[in-house]
Amino acid sequence: MVDAYAAGTAVAITSAVLGWFMVLRRQTFTGHTLAMVGFPGAAAAALAGVPIAAGYFGACTLGALALGGRRLRDTAATGTLQAVALGLGVLFVGLYHGLLTDVTSLLFGTFLGITDGDVAAIAAVSVVTLALLAAAGRQLLFASLDGEAARAAGVRVELLSYGFVLLLGLSVAATSQLTGALLVFALLVAPPATAQQVTARPVPSLALSVALALGVTWGGLALAYDSVYPVGFYVTSLAFAAYVVARAWRWANA
Amino acid sequence: MLEAFVAGTAIAAACGVVGAFLVLRAQVFAGDALSHVAFTGGLAAAAGGVDVRFGVFAASVVVAVGLGVLGTRRAGDAAIGTMFAWVLGLGALFLALFTTHRSGDGNGAAAVRVLFGSILGLTRSDVWLALAVSAAAVAVVLVLARPLLLASLDPQLARALGVPVRALEIAFLAVVGAVAAEATQAVGALLLLGLVAAPAAAAFRIARSPYAALGLSAAFATLAVWLGLALADAEPRIPPSTAIVSVAAAAFVAAQVRFAR
Repeated sequence: MVDAYAAGTAVAITSAVLGWFMVLRRQTFTGHTLAMVGFPGAAAAALAGVPIAAGYFGACTLGALALGGRRLRDTAATGTLQAVALGLGVLFVGLYHGLLTDVTSLLFGTFLGITDGDVAAIAAVSVVTLALLAAAGRQLLFASLDGEAARAAGVRVELLSYGFVLLLGLSVAATSQLTGALLVFALLVAPPATAQQVTARPVPSLALSVALALGVTWGGLALAYDSVYPVGFYVTSLAFAAYVVARAWRWANA
Repeated sequence: MLEAFVAGTAIAAACGVVGAFLVLRAQVFAGDALSHVAFTGGLAAAAGGVDVRFGVFAASVVVAVGLGVLGTRRAGDAAIGTMFAWVLGLGALFLALFTTHRSGDGNGAAAVRVLFGSILGLTRSDVWLALAVSAAAVAVVLVLARPLLLASLDPQLARALGVPVRALEIAFLAVVGAVAAEATQAVGALLLLGLVAAPAAAAFRIARSPYAALGLSAAFATLAVWLGLALADAEPRIPPSTAIVSVAAAAFVAAQVRFAR
């Protein structure tokens, strides 16, 4: 249980910050697709007898390279990539036999079964991700808000675009491998979307995003502890409730 | 095999036509989300002991209309994503309810079936449902095609000309919901996404007019189903949905390369 809280805390902070940029850049679909791309990678790795993690990272890197330079309105390429990824995943699972139960845990996660080693891995990924975002955050914010002006000011917009999607893909891969894709996706999108409804100022918005992510993760874990129902249900429900409240609050103040 | 062929053709044609507008409006994500809504609706119905098909259609059409009312374009992809995450969470809940109370095997095979579908396991009544839903969806989109095209390409101009842009968007999303529900329960969420995105994107690369793209998109999707079924028939180790999606994606890549702009 302590491990679940530790892992949840690390995932919540990282996802809230990474997701804040993802939502700002309107790349939610890309984020969701990258979370799915790991599935065929993992299945292929199981089939080939190489470490699952290698499959996850390899597939996510390829996905990120394919999607990094996409224009925002190009949802068709993203959708096609996701469909192919899932199609290959089904193929590999079918060839492998007996991975069926793992598909559910892959998609919905086994948060409460997390080990000390998993926590260390998640913490390492979180530190690296946050350090990179801290280093490039200012330029990334500029490029996300006004790509033209950023380019004119000498910001390497293309490089940032690929770099961000790659970081998103790798971070999602590392964390969803251990906690399930559902939870990571929920924490990536809902707290940042809620925070951006409340305030557009970057620093308070980021801080609120992190606070919300921590709140729904801890709350979800606490609720799930005494319940037979999955953590993912509680976390996503709390996150969605917060979003609805923020939308209503904004609507009332408009 | 005949059932798979007929139902697959009907669903492909509907996905191709609906997909053309989804791609044009950059709303493929909405289609993706609605297929997962259908999945959750199906699981909820299964957990509650109701006909799965009822849950699938009710959930996706209601949520589709809800998305239309919220305005997916204005609210943006974060709104869809947030709703989507919650729907997946609900799916996890209903899956847990279903596997503990109903199926008893507790291994989540039902979820895998709903997610990935089995086009080869369709019955005669499934085929009739697929034909009816697909025909209705294609008919509605064709009737709305002209104003919807204008509303998709230039909403401001459409509004100025008196086109009810909001109502059109809601009606269109309701059709997307129905197609997503039909495709998801018959052939799986995976196939829906492949048939909605790839053929339409390929068609827009090649076609010279939007109406030609509409027809070409339906033709590509249908062809993908036929070739995919043939491929899966020739090599039984390849699941049909994988084969179909692969053919559709190949058409997408070929169109991108050959007709690069």
